[in-house]
Amino acid sequence: MTKGMKKYFKKKIFWFIITFIAAVILNFILPRLMPGDPVNSIVGKNISPGATQEQVQEQMAYYQHQFGLDKNIFGQFWDFVKNAFNGTFGVSYSQYPRLVSDIIGSSIWWTVALQLPAIIVGWLLGNLLGALAAYKRSFYDKALMPLTLFFSAIPAFGAAVILLVIFAVTLGWAPVNGAFDPGMIPSFSWKFISSVIAHYQLPFWSIVLISIGGQAVGMRSMSIYELNADYVKYARFLGIKDKKIVRYVFRNAMLPQVTGLAMSIGSMVGGALVAETIFSYPGLGMSMYAAINSSDYPVISACTLIITVMVLIASFLLDIIYAFIDPRVKAAQFD
Amino acid sequence: MKHTLRNVFHSPRFLVGFIIFMSILLTVLIYPWFVHRDPLQGLGKGFLEPGTYVSVYDTNNAGTYRVELPEANENRLESTIPVKDRQTMLDFLKAKGVDVSALDTSNEKFHELIEVWKENYDEADAKKNKYEGFSTQAKRNELRRLNNRLSEDTSAAMSVTKGEGDAATTTAVAGSDYVKVDEVANSINLPLGTDNFGRDTLTELVKATGISLLVGLIAGSIATALGLLVGLLAGYVGGILDDILMFIANIFTVIPGFVLLILIYSALGAESRGIVTCAVIIGITSWVWTARSVRSQVISLRNRDHVNLSKLSGHSLFRIVTTDILPYIASYVVMAFILQVSSGILAEAQLSMLGLGPNPNELPTLGLMMNWAKLFGAYTSSNAWWAYFPVILMIALISFSLNLMNTGLDQVFNPTLRD
Repeated sequence: MTKGMKKYFKKKIFWFIITFIAAVILNFILPRLMPGDPVNSIVGKNISPGATQEQVQEQMAYYQHQFGLDKNIFGQFWDFVKNAFNGTFGVSYSQYPRLVSDIIGSSIWWTVALQLPAIIVGWLLGNLLGALAAYKRSFYDKALMPLTLFFSAIPAFGAAVILLVIFAVTLGWAPVNGAFDPGMIPSFSWKFISSVIAHYQLPFWSIVLISIGGQAVGMRSMSIYELNADYVKYARFLGIKDKKIVRYVFRNAMLPQVTGLAMSIGSMVGGALVAETIFSYPGLGMSMYAAINSSDYPVISACTLIITVMVLIASFLLDIIYAFIDPRVKAAQFD
Repeated sequence: MKHTLRNVFHSPRFLVGFIIFMSILLTVLIYPWFVHRDPLQGLGKGFLEPGTYVSVYDTNNAGTYRVELPEANENRLESTIPVKDRQTMLDFLKAKGVDVSALDTSNEKFHELIEVWKENYDEADAKKNKYEGFSTQAKRNELRRLNNRLSEDTSAAMSVTKGEGDAATTTAVAGSDYVKVDEVANSINLPLGTDNFGRDTLTELVKATGISLLVGLIAGSIATALGLLVGLLAGYVGGILDDILMFIANIFTVIPGFVLLILIYSALGAESRGIVTCAVIIGITSWVWTARSVRSQVISLRNRDHVNLSKLSGHSLFRIVTTDILPYIASYVVMAFILQVSSGILAEAQLSMLGLGPNPNELPTLGLMMNWAKLFGAYTSSNAWWAYFPVILMIALISFSLNLMNTGLDQVFNPTLRD
């Protein structure tokens, strides 16, 4: 490892830590500014109608102690950091006494299982289409470009709603919501798995469709830019075969697309929010939606912290990988 | 300047986008002159299908005219004989051995069905032969009643009583009596029906489009202005200021803007989220990308000869920035602004769909309309396409037009992209 490289990595790690601390502080402070006392609403829900003032007070004090709200702000922050590091994230307000880690643990796998394959499939198909469109420009530009531009302007939630209405409500090919039949208990039976697969289709294809649009447009313009680059012209003058040039061109055009893939995997939990709420898919997005609507800020904090940390890690890894694969970054950073 | 503008308007993409955007904007501005309804006023209960609604009560008081439509009777039968009875007719014909393979219960085939029925049904015949499925007296009576309804003369089938007590007069209403819709005291045309609150969807949509455009415009202006300011300062002044500004920008880049928006919005609470507050928050969380690109462009401009010359001539910082640097990045800033407007509108819509939108009791936005459609089952149980589809289409049209303008500008200002 050269000296320049060491310096580069040190700088990156320094930034990673600083932004991580800023993210943790923001995640702690912002939800706590929410109006309305969470303890009030829990006590209101749980206490019997005939309770005396004293009993109410006692209950309030009990919950305040349980949630650590009787401590000062630094004590609360310490609790928050401690809970974040031991992985429990504290106790949920709206589903007391469930641990936040329990709520997130039961939903995050649905999100990952839905998003990861969908993002990868969408990325592959989108890049293929984009590269094809750049290579066979005349046909694509005339026939499909305006259409693609219009369809890529449809917002993600709009596309999801339209798919839902066409395929689930009107045609009845797929179930309307949930991840499996509500009457079933999760198990490894064939019946349960087929129900999961049936419920998987619509959210999956809606995410694939949306990411195809974005990736294809990006890949097309990157490829066109590369196809007009000087090295391509030079290679043509040298008489290098078209097939070989195309391979170089697309490899170079792929670089920014790799960034896109890494970032969309990093932000997948956040990206899932809207699609999951439309299909009522029980992933992390849905948990967060429920938490927002019930002012359950330990859950909101935990979700946003997970999203932030995933994005942080993705961009950190990208910086590291880029330093090795992109000679321009290498030249700029290591010297 | 004049030349650039002419070039821009010669780009077909920009022109199409500009025309679409301007027609949306004009609709938003002109529509309230013609329809004075309050967009949040409930007109009825729940979803009403699109169409013209005429008061039944008031039709009695409007003048009657005699109009003879050739197919009036058939049309009336179509709306009064339900599918269930049509199926009974088909079943009877089938039992009698008539070939009914070309017929079904749809409105299109109903005329033919009546013809075949009239040829084949005879009360005495049905009584004598006791066809399969129609052998009981009750079934035969059902057929007879159905036949009476089909061959009934609908003129003078209804009578209406006007006035009270002794002064009441009863008049017969003939099948050929018509009222002129303009003369009915109360009628309303709802081209897009009503939403779950019974609000006129079209009026609401136009108002919501205006508000969403405003949100996008405010958010876009703030984001672009902040980004430009930060980018110029960091890029041109450099030094410690650059380090501090880029430190802040770095934090904003890595913490996803949407997460920040969710956190800030939920911290505010629904009551204190006005339209402007929402727009400002979207603006101050999305300036980072503009700032970064402006900064890198300014850095490459900083050491150009004309800037150095300006510096040697003793021009002020403000003058150098406005005359020697801004014109070079103006096209980029305009394009960034257009994209910021479009993403501001989308951000508002997404937040509203999560229940984090502006205060829903004040004004409608496109996102709030989507949220209401979702909460009140417009996609599923009510199947009210008019409550959400025009909204999606409107959002798509706005971002389509803005994207078109953006790519058009891109082609004009970046000649390498041109064909």
